[in-house]
Amino acid sequence: MTTNIELDARSSFRWLWRQLTSMRTALILLLLLGVAAIPGSLFPQRTQNPLAVSDYFKGNPGTAKFLDQLQMFDVYSSPWFSAIYILLFISLIGCVLPRSIEHLKGARAQPSLTPKNLNRMEFHTEAAEGSLDSAEAWLRKNRFRIRRDENSISAEKGFMRETGNLLFHLSLILILIGVALGSFFGMRGDAIINVGERFINTPTSYDVISYGKLQSGNNLTPFSVTATDFKATYDLVTGTPSDFKLSVNTSSPVGTKEVSRIVRVNSPLTFGTTKVYLQANGYSPLVTVRDKSGDIKFQGAVIFLPQDGNLTSIGAIKVPDMQPQTGFVGSFVPTYDRTPERGSFSSYPEALDPRLLVSIWTGDLGLDTGIPQSVYRLDTSEMKRIGLKTLKLNETHDFGDGSITFEGWTPWVNLQIVKDPGKIYALLGSIFAILGLLMSLFTRSRRIWIKEVPDKSGVEVAGLAKNAAPGLENEIASLVKKMKG
Amino acid sequence: MNSSDYAYLSNYGVYTAMVLFAVAFLAHGIDVAFSVRNLEDKTQLDFSRTKRIGDLGTVMIVLAFIALFVAVIFRGISAQRVPWGNMYEFSITGALAFTGAYLYALWKYKIKWLGLPVAIAVLLTLGTAISILYVPSAPLVPALKSAWLVIHVSAAIISGGVFLLANCIAATYLILDRYESRGARPVWALKLPALETLDQLSYRLVAFVFPLWTFSVIAGAIWAEAAWGRYWGWDPKETWAFITWVAYAAYLHARVTVGWRGRKAAWLCLFAGSTFLFNYVYINIWGSGKHTYSGL
Repeated sequence: MTTNIELDARSSFRWLWRQLTSMRTALILLLLLGVAAIPGSLFPQRTQNPLAVSDYFKGNPGTAKFLDQLQMFDVYSSPWFSAIYILLFISLIGCVLPRSIEHLKGARAQPSLTPKNLNRMEFHTEAAEGSLDSAEAWLRKNRFRIRRDENSISAEKGFMRETGNLLFHLSLILILIGVALGSFFGMRGDAIINVGERFINTPTSYDVISYGKLQSGNNLTPFSVTATDFKATYDLVTGTPSDFKLSVNTSSPVGTKEVSRIVRVNSPLTFGTTKVYLQANGYSPLVTVRDKSGDIKFQGAVIFLPQDGNLTSIGAIKVPDMQPQTGFVGSFVPTYDRTPERGSFSSYPEALDPRLLVSIWTGDLGLDTGIPQSVYRLDTSEMKRIGLKTLKLNETHDFGDGSITFEGWTPWVNLQIVKDPGKIYALLGSIFAILGLLMSLFTRSRRIWIKEVPDKSGVEVAGLAKNAAPGLENEIASLVKKMKG
Repeated sequence: MNSSDYAYLSNYGVYTAMVLFAVAFLAHGIDVAFSVRNLEDKTQLDFSRTKRIGDLGTVMIVLAFIALFVAVIFRGISAQRVPWGNMYEFSITGALAFTGAYLYALWKYKIKWLGLPVAIAVLLTLGTAISILYVPSAPLVPALKSAWLVIHVSAAIISGGVFLLANCIAATYLILDRYESRGARPVWALKLPALETLDQLSYRLVAFVFPLWTFSVIAGAIWAEAAWGRYWGWDPKETWAFITWVAYAAYLHARVTVGWRGRKAAWLCLFAGSTFLFNYVYINIWGSGKHTYSGL
C-alpha cells in the first residue's frame, strides 16, 4: 500500500517535473513574466517613488488599499512575481542542464548514421562522377564533422549553434545568481552632506540605509569622503544643468593619507565593491539666530530641499533653545524673481541674487514628544506665526523675541553609497549571453549525406538544414561541382 | 556658421526629406496600384508598365535618406553631441535608421513593394517629430554625458528601426493572408512576394536584430550602474524594454523550438513590436521615471 502511494507520489512528481521543464511551459512562463512586469510600470512603486505611492493613497484610498493587497506597489518583490521567475528559472535549469550534458557527449560522438532513403530529403541530387573520397576531401576542407561508413558519408556542421544556445541560457542563470548575490549581500544608502563636511562610512552617518537580507551594518567598507568643493554649471538660456563636479578628499581606510578626487554624475568613486555616486544637490542657507540679549542660539548651514529645476528650496530651521521656542519655515531662492501671480520664485539655479524667505513661528516645536520629526518640516500644530520676512544676503531681521541673520549659503550634495557584490556576475552573465546569442543565431546548422549508388557509378547527395537556414542549396551545388572536378 | 544656423539647416533637411518621402509614397502607391496590365489572364502578369515610376520611388527614398542623414548630422553639429538627446532627435535618427534598414533590405532581398509602408511609417514619424516633439537644440544634462549615450542609444535606435521594418512585413503578411484565405489576392497585391517569403523575411530581421536589442538593454544597464547607482531598477522604460525583450525571445522560441509559422508567428511579431512602440511613445511622453529625456 505504502509503496503504491510512494510510487504514485514519485510518478506524479516526475509528471510535474516533465510539465515544468517542457518548452511550452517555459514559453508560457516567459510571456507571463512579461505581462506580470506591466503593472509595475503603471502604478508607482515603493522602491522607486514612495512619495508617489502615498499620494496615490491620498487620492484614491479605496482602490489603493485594494491594489496594495495585490502588492501592486511592490510588484517586483511580490510573491506572485517571484513565483513566476523562480518557476521560469527552475524550468530553464531543468531544460538546459540535461541538454548541456547531452551536448557535451555529442561533441565526442560521431554524426548519426546515413538514413536509408536520401531522396526524401529537402535537397537531393545525384552526381555521376562523384566518389566518397572526393566528397570527404571537400567536407574536410570545409570543416564538417564526418562519419565515414563503408558506402556512405554522414557529415554535419554548425555544432556551435547548440553550444551558443546553451551558453546563452546558462548565462541567464549566472545573471540571476548575480542579482541574488546583490540582493542578499548588498547594501545601499543615502547621505546628504554640506560642502566642507566629512562623511564616514558607518551606519549612523546615513540619512537612509537598507541592507540585503544577509548583510548587516558592521561590515561596511571603512572609508571617508570629505566634500571640498562643488561646482554646478548651467545653460544660460534654459537653466538646465550641463555639469556637476564634486571635489572630494577620500581616505580608505579612515585615517590613512587623504587623496583628492573628482566625482561626477557618470563617474562614481569606487572602494572595492562599494561605489559612491553623486545623485542630487541643493543649497543650505547659513543662518544665525540670536535671542533678545544678542546671544547666539543657533548658527550653521541648514539643508533645504529643492522644489523645481531652478532650485527654489524649502526647509525648516528649529531653535529649541530660544524662549519661547522658535522655528522658521524657510524658502531659499538662489536667483530672486517675483511676479504678482507666482509670488517669489527662483529664475535661475545658480545663486546669483539669493534671498531667504522665512515665516517665523513661536510656541512648542514638539521635539520632546518622542515622535520622530522630519528635519525639513516644522510641526506648527502647537505654534503661532508671528511674522514673515524676505532677507537679502547679510540682512538681519528683528522679530521681537530675537533676530535672524542670513549669512550666506553652501551647496550640499546627496551621496548615494551602494555595495553590490553580485553585479560582476551579472555583467559576466550578460557578456556570455550576448556571445551565446550571436553564436546560436548566426550559425547555420546542417547535415549532408553522400551515398554510393548501388550497381551504378556515382553518388547520391542529400542535405538537411535546421530551421530552414538558407545557403545549403549552394553548398551542395559547390560540393557536386567539386566532385565533377 | 554658428550652432543655430546648423539647427536651421537641419530642420530644412527634415522638411526636404518629408517632401521626398511624400513623392516616394505617391510613386510607390501608383506602382502598386496600376502595375498589372492584363487583368483577364492572371497567369501571364506584366509588371513593366509602372516599373519606371516604381524606380522613381526608390530614387526618392535614397534622396530622402541623404537629406535626412544631413539633417541628423547638422543637428548633431548644432548641439555639439550625438543627435539623440531628446525625443525629437531620437525620432529623426530612428527614421534614418529605419530607412537605412529598408534600403539595405531592398538591396539584399529585392523588396521594392515595401517602399509604400516604409514611406508611410517615416512620414508619420517625421511629421510627429517636427510638429509635436520638436525642441530647440541644446546641450545635455549631466546624466546623459557619457560614452554610453552613443553606444546604448544608437543600438536602441537601430533595433527599433529593424523591429519596425519586421512589423511592416508581418502586417503585410496578415493582410495578404486574409485575402488569400478568402480566395485570391486583389490585383494590386499580385506583385507582392509569396506569403512564405514574407514570413521568413520578418523572422530573419528579428533574429538578426535581437542580439543588438539585448546588447542595447545590457549597455543601458551598465550605464545606469554608472549614472544612477544600480544596473536595474524597474524604471518604466527599463520594464518595457524588458517586456519587449521577453516578447521577442518568446517569438524566436516559438519559431525555432515550437515551430510556429505564418499567422500565429506574425501576430506574435506584431505584439512584440507594439510593446516597443508603446515604450517609445507612451512611456517617453506620459510615463514617469528616470528616462524622461523627451524634453516635453
